[in-house]
Amino acid sequence: MPELLSIRNLKIEATSYPPGEPPKRVTIVDGVSLDLEKGKVLGLIGESGAGKSTIGLSALAYGRGGAEITGGEVLLDGQNILAMGKGGIRKVRGARVCYVAQSAAAAFNPAHKLGDQVIEASVRHGLMTREKARERALYLFRVLGLPNPEGFGDRFPHQVSGGQLQRAMTAMALCSNPELIVFDEPTTALDVTTQIDVLAAIKHAIEETHTAALYITHDLAVVAQISDDIMVLRHGKTVEYGTARQIIEEPRQDYTRALVNVRQTGKEEAQDQSGTLLKVENITAGYPNGFKVLHDVSLHLPKGQTLAVVGESGSGKSTLARVITGLLPPLSGTVTFDGKPMSAALSGRSRDDLRRIQLIYQMADTAMNPRQTVRDIIGRPLTFYYGLRGAAKTARVKELLEQIEMASGFVDRYPAELSGGQKQRVAIARALAAKPELILCDEPTSALDPLVAEGILKLLMRLQEESQLSYVFITHDIAIVRAIADSVAVMHRGKLVRFGQKRTVLSPPFDDYTDLLLKSVPEMEIGWLERVLATRRMESAGN
Amino acid sequence: MRLRDIPITAWIGIAGIVLAFIFAIFAPWLAPHGESEIVAGVWEPMGNTYLLGTDNLGRDLLSRVIYGARTTLFVALAATIISFSLGILLSFTAAVSRGIIDTVFSRFNDLMMSIPTLIFALVVLAVLPQNLLILILVMAVLDSTRVYRLGRAVALDVAVMEFVEAAKLRGEGRLWIIFREILPNTLSPLLAEFGLRFAFSILFLSTLSFLGLGIQPPAADWGGMVKDNKDGIIFGIPAALVPGGAIAALAICVNLVVDWLLKRTSSLKGGRGDA
Repeated sequence: MPELLSIRNLKIEATSYPPGEPPKRVTIVDGVSLDLEKGKVLGLIGESGAGKSTIGLSALAYGRGGAEITGGEVLLDGQNILAMGKGGIRKVRGARVCYVAQSAAAAFNPAHKLGDQVIEASVRHGLMTREKARERALYLFRVLGLPNPEGFGDRFPHQVSGGQLQRAMTAMALCSNPELIVFDEPTTALDVTTQIDVLAAIKHAIEETHTAALYITHDLAVVAQISDDIMVLRHGKTVEYGTARQIIEEPRQDYTRALVNVRQTGKEEAQDQSGTLLKVENITAGYPNGFKVLHDVSLHLPKGQTLAVVGESGSGKSTLARVITGLLPPLSGTVTFDGKPMSAALSGRSRDDLRRIQLIYQMADTAMNPRQTVRDIIGRPLTFYYGLRGAAKTARVKELLEQIEMASGFVDRYPAELSGGQKQRVAIARALAAKPELILCDEPTSALDPLVAEGILKLLMRLQEESQLSYVFITHDIAIVRAIADSVAVMHRGKLVRFGQKRTVLSPPFDDYTDLLLKSVPEMEIGWLERVLATRRMESAGN
Repeated sequence: MRLRDIPITAWIGIAGIVLAFIFAIFAPWLAPHGESEIVAGVWEPMGNTYLLGTDNLGRDLLSRVIYGARTTLFVALAATIISFSLGILLSFTAAVSRGIIDTVFSRFNDLMMSIPTLIFALVVLAVLPQNLLILILVMAVLDSTRVYRLGRAVALDVAVMEFVEAAKLRGEGRLWIIFREILPNTLSPLLAEFGLRFAFSILFLSTLSFLGLGIQPPAADWGGMVKDNKDGIIFGIPAALVPGGAIAALAICVNLVVDWLLKRTSSLKGGRGDA
């Protein structure tokens, strides 16, 4: 069978403008070749900067942000689309090859109805009449399992949930009956419980319509569920290329092995329950408009241990962190820290109270002032809490950099000159500079690549051992919970569903929600998705 | 920063501004004649004796342009700087504090803006004693309402960022948050506005002078000189174009420098804005 898509020796370059230096050419993708048959799915996997999105977009002959395809060819049904010229490419895009972006929320035009946007490309390309396109959209909404498919097209993007939006975007891509779809991290921004539905919908739709797909993601467990073949990329080069089964079950390269084995380690939970550091009692919190985000939450954390708070977005776990820090005074309930009741509002806490509890944000980019250097960022808490200045401050900053395994040459860098992992390390150093007793970590690794994230987790664990730090670790990732937690709190819709020692919380019997949550986490195993879906069907049949 | 990194356009702007300042500071020594000295007939043509000709009363135009730089530059620049300081301080305080302070400041600002600027200035200047300080302050306060609007909008965007929240969590005071966290991240739009507002200030000053409430004759200011000589244009006498050209040149020079600063602040490593 002839290949539908065949990429030969693709080379993509871009010009970068490093500050204070002359512009230089960088190679983003170097000598990548791949083949994709009709009706098959090829997974592209790698960390950020690996060039996976760039390769995906090259199937549409598109270079994002000044990237230029400078070598090789992209053959679609034997035709080199790079040589087609603008008019020819326009006939390909949206008609024969479609694209599903990572953030559906940003990719839809908020001013138009979903239905009109879904059929737009097909109608514009003259592939079908408006009525035909509407029928097709309706059919796709059904295939993708969207609620109330008849009325769905009349809704605006803000009226549906993130998971539904992602499925609508898939419908948009499928609408024109394309030969190939490029999925660019379609489930990365979704909760695990939503992700599984979207994955199942995408898989079902691909099977139903016999479309080929390039599936781009950084999550090997996800791609294992959906792909026939997998290509592992790093720094723009192919590391390993083989069938999904081979990559998952017998990876040949060290890098692939590292990806497969990431976070398979667990931590023995601490048993000691004495010496409570943080105690949260009957917290109910909400916003001035009367909307309650937390309902009667109580939990506690012994000194030197880690409490993982798990839940999907909107479950109130970040709000809990805001209540503990004092950013959001609760409507009722108390926060006790080290035996001392904490003032509900930020303004009522002393400088020392503030010093003892530090917060690490999910997005290190926005958590650091882009106009301050690393020295200023880490140095400010030193000056502010300990009055360190000049040489003493610089020495301590370097010491902290060493603690987070970064060279002292970084002191004069701006955040934009650091990688994602380095930024998060600097954010950790800023928290450490205050010599806190409790660090609240609000999903500090969820924006990072798996290997980088693992490095951050190891760093946090090492710091805990060294200086008896306690963590409240907010996450949606069960694998992280297994790896680092002593006790676990499961949150759902603002309520505490389950709380206790890790062993108790993560072993049966489960309540419904914890069960769903645990089962929705993709496992590094071929056929996991089918198995879970089969169990679900049996359960619903049994009901 | 190295000198050779400064683009040629910025050098032109800097040169123009420096020239204007030299005029302003050394006016008595540079000007060939006195500021209000009548030296020849009305509207003498440009020539050797009077390089730029004479004005509607027979005063030397070159001398008046040189003296005019004093008042124009000083009043307009002082008014713009004060209006920015005031506007930024108040708007940032409002954006950081929110709540009642924000409401009071913003509604008061709306109130000020709802009165037409010129009429407001006329009333206030007619009542208060006429001196330069009062003039500058009135211009600054009226202009600061515009700066407040812009300042609050850009500061609100930055004030909700997590690094500001992190500073609050650390226990930082309001001044630190305003000047160290927010201001550096809002410099680009504010600088752009500064260049624009400065040109407006010169125009506003000349409008006031025209109405007899700005710079009082016989003191020279560029805007007032345009007005004095505007009738000559009908007879083909270019005297009005000379101070007009000076205003245009100064406004362009200021904006050339501002454009360069804008590029620098927005292309700083990790800068926000249009880098």
